[in-house]
Amino acid sequence: MTEATSLLREPWERLERQRQAGKFGIWVFLASETLFFGALMLTYAVCRVEHPDAFAAAGRETNIWFGTINTAILLTSSLTMAVASQAAAENGRSRRLILVCLGATAALGLAFMIVKGFEYKEDIEKHLLPGAGFALRQPAAQLFYGLYWLVTGVHAIHLTIGIVLVVRLVLLGAARQIRLRGSPELEVTALYWHLVDVIWIFLYPLIYLPGRAS
Amino acid sequence: MTDAALADELPFPPRADYLRAGSTLLSWLATTDHKRIAILYALTITVFFFMGGAAITAVRVELFVPNGWFLSSDTYNRLFSFHGIIMVWFFLVPSIPNTFGNFLLPLMIGAPDVAFPRLNLFSWYLTLVGGIFAVYTLVAGGVDTGWTFYTPFSTMFSNTHVLTAAAAVFVVGFASIATGVNFIATTHMLRAPGMTWFRLPMFVWSIYATSIVMVLATPVLAISLMLVIAERWLGLPIFDPARGGDPILFQHLFWFYSHPAVYIMVLPAMGVVSEIIPCFARRRLFGYDFMVYAIVAIAGIGFFVWGHHMFVSGQSPYASLIFSFLSFVIAVPSAIKVFNWTASLYRGQISFNSPMLYALGFVGLFTTGGLSGLFLASIPIDVHVTDTYFVVAHFHYIMVGGSVSAFFGALHFWWPKITGKMYPESWAQFAAITMYFGFNMTFLPQFVAGYLGMPRRYHTYPAEFQVYNVMSSAGAAVLAAAYLLPLMYLTWSLFHGLRASGNPWGATGLEWTTTSPPPPHNFDIQPLVDRPPYQYHAEGQSAGTDSPEVQNARSLR
Amino acid sequence: MNAIFTLPEASTQAVRVDGILAVLVIVSALTLALVFGLIVTFAIRYRRGSDAKRGPLPEIVNREFEVGWTAATFFLFAFLFWWAASADVGALTAPARALEVHVLAKQWMWKTQHANGAREIDELHVPIGRPVRLVMTSQDVIHSFFVPAFRIKQDVVPGRNTETWFQATKLGVFPLFCAEYCGTNHSAMRGRITVMREDEYARWLSAQPEGDDLAHVGAKLFVSEGCSGCHAASSGVHAPKLEGLYGRTVQLSDGRQVRADDAYIRDSMLQPKRDIVAGFEPIMPSFAGLLDDGEIQSLTAYIRSLGQEQGHD
Repeated sequence: MTEATSLLREPWERLERQRQAGKFGIWVFLASETLFFGALMLTYAVCRVEHPDAFAAAGRETNIWFGTINTAILLTSSLTMAVASQAAAENGRSRRLILVCLGATAALGLAFMIVKGFEYKEDIEKHLLPGAGFALRQPAAQLFYGLYWLVTGVHAIHLTIGIVLVVRLVLLGAARQIRLRGSPELEVTALYWHLVDVIWIFLYPLIYLPGRAS
Repeated sequence: MTDAALADELPFPPRADYLRAGSTLLSWLATTDHKRIAILYALTITVFFFMGGAAITAVRVELFVPNGWFLSSDTYNRLFSFHGIIMVWFFLVPSIPNTFGNFLLPLMIGAPDVAFPRLNLFSWYLTLVGGIFAVYTLVAGGVDTGWTFYTPFSTMFSNTHVLTAAAAVFVVGFASIATGVNFIATTHMLRAPGMTWFRLPMFVWSIYATSIVMVLATPVLAISLMLVIAERWLGLPIFDPARGGDPILFQHLFWFYSHPAVYIMVLPAMGVVSEIIPCFARRRLFGYDFMVYAIVAIAGIGFFVWGHHMFVSGQSPYASLIFSFLSFVIAVPSAIKVFNWTASLYRGQISFNSPMLYALGFVGLFTTGGLSGLFLASIPIDVHVTDTYFVVAHFHYIMVGGSVSAFFGALHFWWPKITGKMYPESWAQFAAITMYFGFNMTFLPQFVAGYLGMPRRYHTYPAEFQVYNVMSSAGAAVLAAAYLLPLMYLTWSLFHGLRASGNPWGATGLEWTTTSPPPPHNFDIQPLVDRPPYQYHAEGQSAGTDSPEVQNARSLR
Repeated sequence: MNAIFTLPEASTQAVRVDGILAVLVIVSALTLALVFGLIVTFAIRYRRGSDAKRGPLPEIVNREFEVGWTAATFFLFAFLFWWAASADVGALTAPARALEVHVLAKQWMWKTQHANGAREIDELHVPIGRPVRLVMTSQDVIHSFFVPAFRIKQDVVPGRNTETWFQATKLGVFPLFCAEYCGTNHSAMRGRITVMREDEYARWLSAQPEGDDLAHVGAKLFVSEGCSGCHAASSGVHAPKLEGLYGRTVQLSDGRQVRADDAYIRDSMLQPKRDIVAGFEPIMPSFAGLLDDGEIQSLTAYIRSLGQEQGHD
């Protein structure tokens, strides 16, 4: 009983209710994140409708290999996260399985960031930073890249927060400071991770496919 | 007889209330008690209120004469910008939700705290961090973009501290979102047994609707400011016309948040008024169901009218027509609320304590402001009066005449509950009446000045507008005095006020069934709800038809 | 100019707008009277302890009643929308025979150009009774072209054209304001619209110099930017005279000598503390950020026009 009550927090009287509230809360937060990234994507959409050729030309300069590899990495990390979350929810699953899957999720997240780092480096070498000396001659291509740097940067910040949350769970869980099985925090972290993945799924075609889809 | 009243009779020693349960600084700064967090917020927004007020005092003094006398244009522009930013984001948006919402939401639904108490404290710290950015902006010399940060002036031309100002608002926006998430979860998950949705007090409905707006609208503000920061600081082109950007896109993003934001500022005020009027008319709220639908309708439709801020921006005329139509539509639920508040007085037993004076003042001023909104919803009139003092008058009638009056009404109504003290009633009534007259003196002339053509954000103006500016500035002096009065007598009451009983007004509502001030966990025994709110008299009757004990149900202990 | 209590109705649109205003004022006044009246009546009649009749509520006050007044309010507001919207839709596009005027807004002045090339600064002369279409853009930030007497306003945006139109119905001079906050001198960005009779307008138009005249523009800037405050002959401030300056050798306070060419004049405006003229105090304010390249050009042309010495070597 002690382990269950150690997870229980004010103002809740039952752990089940607290878990439900955590899930409910994170879904509401995800709604706000939808509006957050939605506004960014709307901005992109408006600019693209106003400058289709420049966006197509700019889109062709992105590195579709890096983008696709990263998509595969992130989708896999969502898989490992889903396994971890499912294992935590079911009875009779080993604690080790949860820890390994969480660890894999964090590692894949880090892999994404590393690949992204290489991609950014290449973008800079190709003079794809808006400003004087920009690689493409259409002014609106700079607009595409302005949005590119911003959107991928914001996504990366969200991913970093996710990695930190997952690593925290791994460390505290491995040291038995918190109980992972049935943990409301794990559920909340899992849902957040899936959101970051879904956002990327929307970003991928917007960044890598313009000018390439014919 | 309430459970709390019974508990009082039992021979247990008195227990510390939430104010006295821990008196170290750390017990306040690390609290997770929603009531203490409410007090922390109250102190914070009071400081910001007077900072924003000081800025506009300088502005109104400068506007006594047409060509300026002690401010440079640059300083003037920074002062009105600071006033707007502070008042909107650091006073009005958090005011009722984060003070009274925090304090009362769990109490009104019979819960021991909000759903995520640590997130609640985190919200307050985010507000502080945002506030630090804002104060830094001021100290470093200010920002001169207006509270609206329009591009490309903010991104490419202003020589002021746009980045820190935008960062301040960005950070405090996340406090808003966190609060919204918390309150929505609280309302869904922590209602006492028997507290069904249509037994909720109107204030809870208003906080709930406000929270939904906060959660869905504020992220778009965050993005619009982030884009400004990205363009200005990192040189990323977003709104730069030379590189294909569209400055009007910023306006769409900004107003998509900022119109619902005004409902964040007014819906809680409406909730407060719906609590006060039934109590002091000793009558049920007229048309409770329609009042709920009205709140939900205002919150929902409010997301689709943002273009009425942009009729002259170069927006498509067809879009303008749709926005105009929806702006007229959204006036309907507001009108319904005014009718219902009025009808709640019919056959009541009305007394004129200061909360009631503030509430009635709200109804008058909100109606005036709302009617001026009809003028603004009409495109040909708006083309003439937008960006003039007519608009300034309109939104001050709603936000100051409305929300601030309701804030003071709430402050007086729940002061006994929050502090356990009564304030001196005649001073409060005097302040309420002075506020009402000072307010009208300040802002009524601005409608006229605006229609006659005085643009807003003008440091200097043509001489023929001086008479209106002098009237307005004189009124502002009266209004300022009226705001200082409660600061004085309410503080006085903390030390010398009479001790308040659990229910000094004889009001319905679960918050009144516990002690004043409440214990840390709100209720000694979990409340059970078996009736709708505002049961001031029997069904189908009016006030004064019940027994004297019910009519005069003020607990004396 | 405006009188203190009334605004002239000086355009066809003004009459329409004032008509809608009048109706809305009446509707508002009636509504306010109703609400205030009821509140005051109830407050007095049903004050605590009064002997007014209370008890069961009248049967008429029921759900149908509420639906009824909701519907009535909705229909009233829908009617008001329709009526205002039709006035708007009717005024959307300028008539085909409209006179076209181009407007360029910049911090902090209005430049207008007539079809024949005639240019004005902070002024616009138009004939009475003829529709005038304004095609506008901004050189920098968003401004707004606002003529209260005509009841017109239109934001002026960089990177695109916006349009509005009016037909003046009264002779006279009417103020023009910038109505979109645009920086330091937003409230000084004013002008005058002069409405003349057709024949006077024709005469005025033919008398205007066509095309560009930079020195002329510069002369106006010299005053509007405040240069004349110190550099005019009548100024009490001890500042270098500009007559005959252009091309002359100037003695500086640090002993150097420089020639007053375009670069020197430009630097004097943007970095006045760099090269101080001998015998003068370093009190000239910098105009960096306040003058753009076009204005510096115009001012230089004006200073050149004040008389110049032939360049040496």
